Amino acid sequence: MHELGIAQTIFSSVLEEARAHGGGRVARIGLRIGELSGVNAEALRFSFEITVQGTDLERAELDIEEVPLGFRCTRCEHEFKVVDYQTACPACGSTDTRAVRGDELQIAYLELE
Amino acid sequence: MERVEVRQNVLKENDRIAAELRAGFRDRRTLCLNLISSPGAGKTSLLEKTLEAFAGGRRKAAVLTGDIQTDRDAARLARYGFPALQITTGGTCHLDASMVRKALCDLPPGPLDVLFIENVGNLVCPASYDLGEDAKVVVLSVAEGDDKPLKYPSIFSRAAVMLLHKVDLLPYTTFSLDAARADAHRVNPSLEIIETSCVGPPGLAGWLRWLDARMNQRG
Repeated sequence: MHELGIAQTIFSSVLEEARAHGGGRVARIGLRIGELSGVNAEALRFSFEITVQGTDLERAELDIEEVPLGFRCTRCEHEFKVVDYQTACPACGSTDTRAVRGDELQIAYLELE
Repeated sequence: MERVEVRQNVLKENDRIAAELRAGFRDRRTLCLNLISSPGAGKTSLLEKTLEAFAGGRRKAAVLTGDIQTDRDAARLARYGFPALQITTGGTCHLDASMVRKALCDLPPGPLDVLFIENVGNLVCPASYDLGEDAKVVVLSVAEGDDKPLKYPSIFSRAAVMLLHKVDLLPYTTFSLDAARADAHRVNPSLEIIETSCVGPPGLAGWLRWLDARMNQRG
């Protein structure tokens, strides 16, 4: 979903953050992409490589953390990873559960030289 | 080497504008709903029937309708006595908060109980773009197959309510209401589900009751 547009947004945001922190060379960019975000990590990586060619970020490494879908049970507060959309709580069986992880589309960190 | 924790949403600019819109709707006591579905699920007809039900009543409504091309939907929706504005994206397959903010400038001032935003027909991208709404409404027609909630988990998990629409067509399809409900609840255990039809029973009664309850919650 719009991985090229998202790559371009990441590119400008990273440059802005790097400038705000003294303008050092960006060695590594950490992203968190949730399972439910609609963004495909490989397509994003590919789009990012195209976007940074010939720019200051050309040699920055991209570290993508893919965050699996995680739910929390409202009844017993158990947190669990969701597989195959089984969203009932594995601890107490309640179906009163909510997504707490897996929605991220985030620039997590930068490593600057 | 310095590590800087950023923790910033990539779509932060959209989120920022959406937050402004949300605050504005709250101040104006307007319920804002973002209607999302595949092309042809029946969003526009549903809104036409909804506005028809509102016409002559005490509730004030308005519609922003998004399409890639044409203003056909706005022309249809403008026939019920409420403002209906078209957002033509020209190519973008979803509405975003900046498009909504721009369109709102053309809405007449005054009290507004409900603003319907009819998104571009697309079950994928609209799920990710906050428009400042109170709730996302996903419309799934029975002509589209009962496996869609699992195939498109992003929108079904973010919606507050699913309208199972065109139920008048059930005799002509293999759509299983039970399967669609079960799968939708797997993806989103708290999703409300309402059956609707513009041409036969149960009509829009459930949807209109839901709207009324939400507007009353608004105060």
